[in-house]
Amino acid sequence: MMSNPLVDIQKLDKKYSLPGGLLNSGDRIVHAVNGVDLQIRKKETLGLVGESGCGKSTLARLITRLEKPTSGVIKFQGVDINTYDKEALKAYRRNVQLIFQDPYSSLNPRKSAAVIIREPLVIHGIGNRNSRRQAVLNLMEKVGLSAEQANRYPHEFSGGQRQRIGIARALILRPELIIADEPVSALDVSIQAQILNLLKDLKEEFGLTYLFVSHDLNVIRHMSDRIAVMYLGQIVELADTKDIYNSPLHPYTKMLLSAVPSYDPQKKKSRAAIKGEARIQSVQGCIFQNRCSYKLPVCLERQPLLKKIDEERFCACHLAGAIK
Amino acid sequence: MPPLLEIKELTTVFDTNRGRIRAVDKVSLSLQQGETLAVVGESGCGKTMLALSIMRLLPPNGSIIKGAVTFQGQDLLKLSSEEMRSKRGGDIAMIFQEPMTSLNPVIRIGEQIAEAIRLHQKLPAKEAMDLSIEQLREVGIPEPERRARDYPHQLSGGMRQRVMIAMAMSCHPKLLLADEPTTALDVTIQAQILELIDELKKKNNMTVILITHDLGVIAQTADNVAVMYAGKIVEKAPVDEIFARPLHPYTIGLIDSLPDGGEGGQRYLKTIAGSVPGLYDLTPGCRFRERCSWSFDQCAAVEPELKEIATGHFAACWKTQQKY
Repeated sequence: MMSNPLVDIQKLDKKYSLPGGLLNSGDRIVHAVNGVDLQIRKKETLGLVGESGCGKSTLARLITRLEKPTSGVIKFQGVDINTYDKEALKAYRRNVQLIFQDPYSSLNPRKSAAVIIREPLVIHGIGNRNSRRQAVLNLMEKVGLSAEQANRYPHEFSGGQRQRIGIARALILRPELIIADEPVSALDVSIQAQILNLLKDLKEEFGLTYLFVSHDLNVIRHMSDRIAVMYLGQIVELADTKDIYNSPLHPYTKMLLSAVPSYDPQKKKSRAAIKGEARIQSVQGCIFQNRCSYKLPVCLERQPLLKKIDEERFCACHLAGAIK
Repeated sequence: MPPLLEIKELTTVFDTNRGRIRAVDKVSLSLQQGETLAVVGESGCGKTMLALSIMRLLPPNGSIIKGAVTFQGQDLLKLSSEEMRSKRGGDIAMIFQEPMTSLNPVIRIGEQIAEAIRLHQKLPAKEAMDLSIEQLREVGIPEPERRARDYPHQLSGGMRQRVMIAMAMSCHPKLLLADEPTTALDVTIQAQILELIDELKKKNNMTVILITHDLGVIAQTADNVAVMYAGKIVEKAPVDEIFARPLHPYTIGLIDSLPDGGEGGQRYLKTIAGSVPGLYDLTPGCRFRERCSWSFDQCAAVEPELKEIATGHFAACWKTQQKY
């Protein structure tokens, strides 16, 4: 039914070892990304949602090849990115760009907006002085900055405007894939809406594909075509946005959704079923067992794998589909 | 019944090298015992400075130049610093966004709570420690006897916030100021902390001022809401009213800009143009007028004051006041 995905992730693993304490023998292993299979389709927005420490940012960094996986494969347009030579890697980095959470720490305070946005062109040796200048001004206009702001420095901009600079820098190389890691989390509500609208517009205009990483379930719902829910390094559910919100299958997805405070004061939600914390545990069976209200004996024995429930729905739960 | 806390025309200024700014400008509020009042606004609107003014914990360059804060019939601003110190942590307690910066990293958590109890209740060390452990149990820390011996870094963010709450609750405060208490937490942990604050509030008939930027949290927990913009309260109403019938264009804009992910999802979020004005460049007239589509001549000439538009519903907007 679908053409080849833009990014095809297979059995991806990333382990970090933390040095043991003074009296501990041996290192502690953190399994930040644990057996992830995921496809990003051309021109879609794939939302990646999960709580802090679930591995969503690590997964994003692995895709950009800022880090190398412990094992597993990431294919971009059909080719394993770990087999890239220097040239191919450079081309890849042109094709895949990041937008960061914090527009304060991700911009060099000593460079003007125009220099920051232009820099990727210089690094990749694209164009000449004039064409670069034109490209920067064009893009500044597209992201809602004016030409007279070109020579200002980051501290002269508000948070929302800085994020616009970050977006322009990501787009200047005309990438295929944008990885946006919590791009609006640091912004005020009224500014957040401006940036989300801008990201939607740019996607259409440049035919972009987004991997949109966020912990905010309202934002991710607004932006995404499909959503992957991550918990302690694993994808526990993957489906179309409307299916995730209308009929979540995994107990963790249900818990997440029930924890989001509703904007309607008439609808007071019960928070009774929300319990426990995500804890890394080296137990057998399901990673969610300590917080799950539906747990069966089998959940303590076997780890459920992400399996196909129907055409577009995947869930890693022994009870998938059986829970009301 | 007289209100537990009555704030009248509270004005707090900061002297900076760019001049004097009014971070809190003629704020008046009144709270009944057992009420939860949410103060909402974007970063820099003065909501935290309002709380710190009530606590008289302003940074050295800040001072209260006008107003009264009457708590149980007593003006807190007239107390000696000695008397104020015994109120803080006694009748009035405060919890902050990031518990790690408020806890002492080199003292065991049980000891930190016991210290507060010893100071305010003049109890011997052993009894204070027993109460401290009891307090930890009260806020849902598992195995409190053992956990009391932990240092803050050994706890998760959610557990640390529970410790902060235990410390705040240890002297049975009548008024709790909670400044973004769940902003740094994951959504499932946030739900648990909100539930805990709610429970403790009901049990102790406590009054809560909840400072937040999150309208979902407000809808779920507040009785009344005050909306702050550039140091002023621009709207004040019961929570149902604020969401069902917001009157100030800023509140309307805030609520409209939320991605609530309705069926199918709207293509664009409504936005509020521009960004919050700096407190240095305030001009006469309404502070919101440059971002406001309703503004007319009067808005530039005279600053609107809060006026009761419907029973218990106040707004500081010329257009609104004209319409009703």
